[in-house]
Amino acid sequence: MTRKREDAEILSQERIAKDIYSMWIRTEAAETAQPGQFISMYTNDGSKLLPRPISICETDREAGSLRVVYRVTGKNTGTEIFSQMKAGDTIPVIGPLGNGFPYERAEGKRVFLMGGGIGVPPVLELAKRMKCDRKQIVVGYRDEETFLRDEFEQNGEVYISTEDGSVGTKGNVMDAIRENALEADIIYACGPTPMLRAIKKYAEENGIECYISLEERMACGIGACLACVCQSKEKDEHSNVHNKRICKDGPVFLSTEVEI
Amino acid sequence: MNMKVNIAGVEWKNPVTVASGTFGSGEEFSEFVDLNRLGAVTTKGVANVPWSGNPTPRVAEVYGGMMNAVGLQNPGIDVFCRRDIPFLRKYDTKIIVNVCGRSTEDYCEVVERLAEEDVDMLEINISCPNVKEGGIAFGQNPKAAEDITKAVKKYARQPVIMKLSPNVTSIAEMAKAVEAGGADAVSLINTITGMKIDINRKTFVLANRTGGVSGPAVHPIAVRMVYEAANAVRVPIIGMGGISTAEDAIEMILAGASAVSVGTANFHNPAVTLEIIDGIERYMEQQGFDSVEAMTGIVK
Repeated sequence: MTRKREDAEILSQERIAKDIYSMWIRTEAAETAQPGQFISMYTNDGSKLLPRPISICETDREAGSLRVVYRVTGKNTGTEIFSQMKAGDTIPVIGPLGNGFPYERAEGKRVFLMGGGIGVPPVLELAKRMKCDRKQIVVGYRDEETFLRDEFEQNGEVYISTEDGSVGTKGNVMDAIRENALEADIIYACGPTPMLRAIKKYAEENGIECYISLEERMACGIGACLACVCQSKEKDEHSNVHNKRICKDGPVFLSTEVEI
Repeated sequence: MNMKVNIAGVEWKNPVTVASGTFGSGEEFSEFVDLNRLGAVTTKGVANVPWSGNPTPRVAEVYGGMMNAVGLQNPGIDVFCRRDIPFLRKYDTKIIVNVCGRSTEDYCEVVERLAEEDVDMLEINISCPNVKEGGIAFGQNPKAAEDITKAVKKYARQPVIMKLSPNVTSIAEMAKAVEAGGADAVSLINTITGMKIDINRKTFVLANRTGGVSGPAVHPIAVRMVYEAANAVRVPIIGMGGISTAEDAIEMILAGASAVSVGTANFHNPAVTLEIIDGIERYMEQQGFDSVEAMTGIVK
């Protein structure tokens, strides 16, 4: 017995785009957190009892703090409650959870770091830690509210796509790659399933090593309840069927390991 | 003061176990909970062969609770015996193996296999609302429930707990039926069948359309059913359904449960079982109960 749910202190809370909030918390999780891992965040409202899995956007190991950037998904939601919390409040969290991106594999390579929608935030810590030959950050947004863009520009070459064409390439991240004639030897991606499906296909057609971070509705967040499974290509050793647990075996998978 | 309870001849160090399906086989939770402190660990349902379970989404949150339709994904009894039983045996706690199946033969095959294994009790899941065959088919008809209890008892070497569904007209009748079939104990309630619709997508939230509702919202229903079952049968009752605090557990015991299971609350706080055990102990001290048995079913 080595882990516990802890009450993390909220250090700051800021709205950085429509429905998008940035929160820094002081937590033990900051010490070991890897890009691509997540934390489970709990409300103090007993009517909303399941943890919300939120990806880690940035860590400051020396300060023992960690940043999450999350979307408020609607009225009376857990994420809305999070967004109303203030510096000095405490929030119950467990983390870090899951497996992060193997960023050390990027060394000496041309890389795509791809994020779409609320899959954009984890790309930041990944970009900060990664040492590679060419760091091409390709991020997709709905509109001109290109949150985290300044931070990305300090950490690599940035290519943006927007659904409405207001910034960068009109379309999605794959359109941005084509329009800019970009190439990579390794890909790291986080975003909605249709985006990941397109990236997986592109990577496999071109023989590119590719890591994708998947999302599914979770209950326990620690690998016990088997709610958040995805289909695996081979029979999974733990489940003994073709299912992998996103929270425990993922959320980052080698694209060829999973069927999405 | 004595926290020990005797459930069908098996002595637990305290009356708290976990509800099947919320705790895996304990390995993941062992990072958060000292399993040695639990009265028993009840494992996720295991069948004779591996089951893939239902498509996702398998869970949804509802007000004061959640719904699940995991569909009894499990690795099959071979992997379970090879991996999960040896893991749990390292701890000083009782092992209750939850058994699921699609047919009487499936259940009996697993129970027969477990007869040779070092486990303490069997819990037979005849109440899962999320699989089409088996499960609930046995759990909603008293005659079918009695028959499968009899069949399983022929092969069982360990005491048999029959896990009952709340999705019935009379829980007392179901409890009597499994008692007549030879059940050594009953556990209740399994989840209550529910449905949630996404009004923006205009479709079901769960891929399975329906799912089992659990969590604090169902607790009063569970207390009522434990009370009714306790007044209908002589075998011990393991009460469950929305227990999140020691107070919830104590209510269940006062209603007639000899022991309790904590389920959905494990998702809100993985170490909640320990808080519940400590809370029951404090209550017994304050109220002058010298055993859990002395509290069981005293509200008449």
